[in-house]
Amino acid sequence: MTEVLAPLPVLIPLLGAAGALLVSGHPVFQRALSVAVLTAVLGVSVALLFVADAESASSVSVGGWPVPLGIVLVVDRLSALMLVVASTVALGVLVFAVGQGAADGQEETPLSIFHPTFLVLVAGVSNAFLAGDLFNLYVGFEILLMASYVLLTLGGTAARIRGGITYIIVSLTSSLVFLAAIGLVYAATGTVNMAQLAVRLGELPEGTQVLLQSMLLIAFGIKAAVFPLSAWLPDSYPTAPAPVTAVFAGLLTKVGVYAIIRTQTLLFPGGALDDLLMWAALATMLIGILGAVAQSDLRRMLSFTLVSHIGYMVFGIALGTAAGLAGAVFYVAHHIAIQTTLFLVAGLVERQGGTTSVDRLGGLARRSPLLAVLFFVPAVNLAGIPPLSGFIGKLGLLQAGVAEGSALAFTLVAGGVVTSLLTLLAVARIWTRAFWRSPSQPPAEESAAAAAADATSRRRPDGVPVEDGAASADGRPRTALQDAWRRHTAVATATEPDVAPAAGAVRALRPLPRTMVGATAGLVALTVSLTGLAGPLYGLADRAAGDLLDRTPYVTSVFGTEEVP
Amino acid sequence: MTPTIVLPLMVGGLYAAGVYLLLDRSLTRVLLGFVLLGNATNLLVLSSGGPAGLAPILGYSDPEQINDPLPQALILTAIVITFGVSAFLLAIIHRSWRLVREEVVGTDEEDRRVAARRTLDADELDPDELAPDDRIAGHADSLAGDAEELADDVDLPAGSGRR
Repeated sequence: MTEVLAPLPVLIPLLGAAGALLVSGHPVFQRALSVAVLTAVLGVSVALLFVADAESASSVSVGGWPVPLGIVLVVDRLSALMLVVASTVALGVLVFAVGQGAADGQEETPLSIFHPTFLVLVAGVSNAFLAGDLFNLYVGFEILLMASYVLLTLGGTAARIRGGITYIIVSLTSSLVFLAAIGLVYAATGTVNMAQLAVRLGELPEGTQVLLQSMLLIAFGIKAAVFPLSAWLPDSYPTAPAPVTAVFAGLLTKVGVYAIIRTQTLLFPGGALDDLLMWAALATMLIGILGAVAQSDLRRMLSFTLVSHIGYMVFGIALGTAAGLAGAVFYVAHHIAIQTTLFLVAGLVERQGGTTSVDRLGGLARRSPLLAVLFFVPAVNLAGIPPLSGFIGKLGLLQAGVAEGSALAFTLVAGGVVTSLLTLLAVARIWTRAFWRSPSQPPAEESAAAAAADATSRRRPDGVPVEDGAASADGRPRTALQDAWRRHTAVATATEPDVAPAAGAVRALRPLPRTMVGATAGLVALTVSLTGLAGPLYGLADRAAGDLLDRTPYVTSVFGTEEVP
Repeated sequence: MTPTIVLPLMVGGLYAAGVYLLLDRSLTRVLLGFVLLGNATNLLVLSSGGPAGLAPILGYSDPEQINDPLPQALILTAIVITFGVSAFLLAIIHRSWRLVREEVVGTDEEDRRVAARRTLDADELDPDELAPDDRIAGHADSLAGDAEELADDVDLPAGSGRR
């Protein structure tokens, strides 16, 4: 059964992408095709999860080559679970994007490109989750990265190009580090098959092991946005269209986390760099959340919380115990859903209020109660308010940390609690200012500066080349900002920023397309249902963690026996 | 079968030059740096296949003497990926040049804005402590003088009438 099903999560979206490209002239048909493809992927993933949970890991040699030579796809509990969560949120985001596209016509995103690229992205993510050898993992990363480059720079406005370039260069660097690591791993062991590596890497001298492990961890750490390799993320994510940011936030960093899990459990189970990872986790949590508290833009705030909460997962992985890994796996599933949902809500807020800057939003709770509920529920879930799934995930991780008992683990437990509280502070600030505040009093100082920034960023994307070269691109916004600044720093009172009158005001609300609201509401319901399903899900995470620590199910599934050539 | 020193030297030199170029702010140099780094990595993978040997074709050469074909297959894949990414990066650089007439990595304005923000938040100011002229429109003390002006602004969000 697995033999037929396992390649499908990669194949269906790739073929679907080709099909979607062929019918790009018929938007309605193209949308229907993409949704159908992702529904099929979701169905296959769920089936794989049931099979994997029933009979542990299984593998397929694609192309029929004997095992250590050919490409192997491995389905175990962890990869099947990741597939299910990933395809669920991808489907939700796609429906949201379809709603947005149908409402906008083709004014913003060239739709004919969006759908095929999105499907290729899903294929890359699936391939990374299923890959049974390091090089196929690299190919999976490249597929999803290539698609993400296109999605991030869709439409090619100046802001997106600026954010996109940072993202592309950083991702390329991480890919090159990964490729170099693969070369060195092959030189040291003569194989790239992960099951075989699991045995052979352990026979290497300790220094070589640490070198290879740290190279892999650096490569994956960049992708997962682990501090100090996380600075690129809040810089590039907020510029993209809402559905793109949502799927990136949910999936791409988690692919990095998944790869870190595999590295730390399957390839290098010795735990040589665990302490280092612990410190990295602590720094990721605290520095990320401090950044989030400082932000006044909803999307940027969410990007920083994304970085911050990666720290929880790395914490669980670095503990190296079954409880820690189970907590990390559960937290990954929870966080994929929650972060995607929040970014979709940010897209709705932007659509309704015309901006995501909380200084220019206000009174959303009264004017749009549905939107307020859609934001409030996942936001408190992110902060970890009982009894929601965020609380369960954090509790599991903190318990695992306490059970481990070292001083470092207790430091991280304390850091985790502080991060959780600061997350609550960050979302509460957004809530009080964007939703709760009376709409008639936007504080003018920031809105004027933001208006200036907004005006410049709007001037450039029009495609009109700025006449006087670099000076204007660099100089003008700055002087406009400084002017706005000077006018308003003395006292933050004036209600009429005269830089750009329209931008200083709370805009009239635009109606929200039903499909977009429906998709977001569906994902919010999913995040809430994770609370109800937490029992079975945590059980599954426990079993997956057991497999990961045991390692034999993975190796046996690839070679058929425990004897590895 | 003697180990060669040429490959490691090449790899090291290319990595050094590539990293140097990658750290530049000019995007064209970044692209060149990326190409150099890509080639350095490819050579590294190539050298991981062990010493040089004959072409790995069945029946053409003795299996004892052939070169390891796997790194070569990996490199071919990597070359294709590097090529595609380079083309995309070039297109992005071109687009950036068309849009803003510059091909350097841009600054994140929002980032600067957050960094330059005053420590005191506008929300936290007490209007009563400010000079009367500076108070928020609609504040109790300013209402008396500006009643006329404000009349049509009462229900609307500020500024919306002017749009």
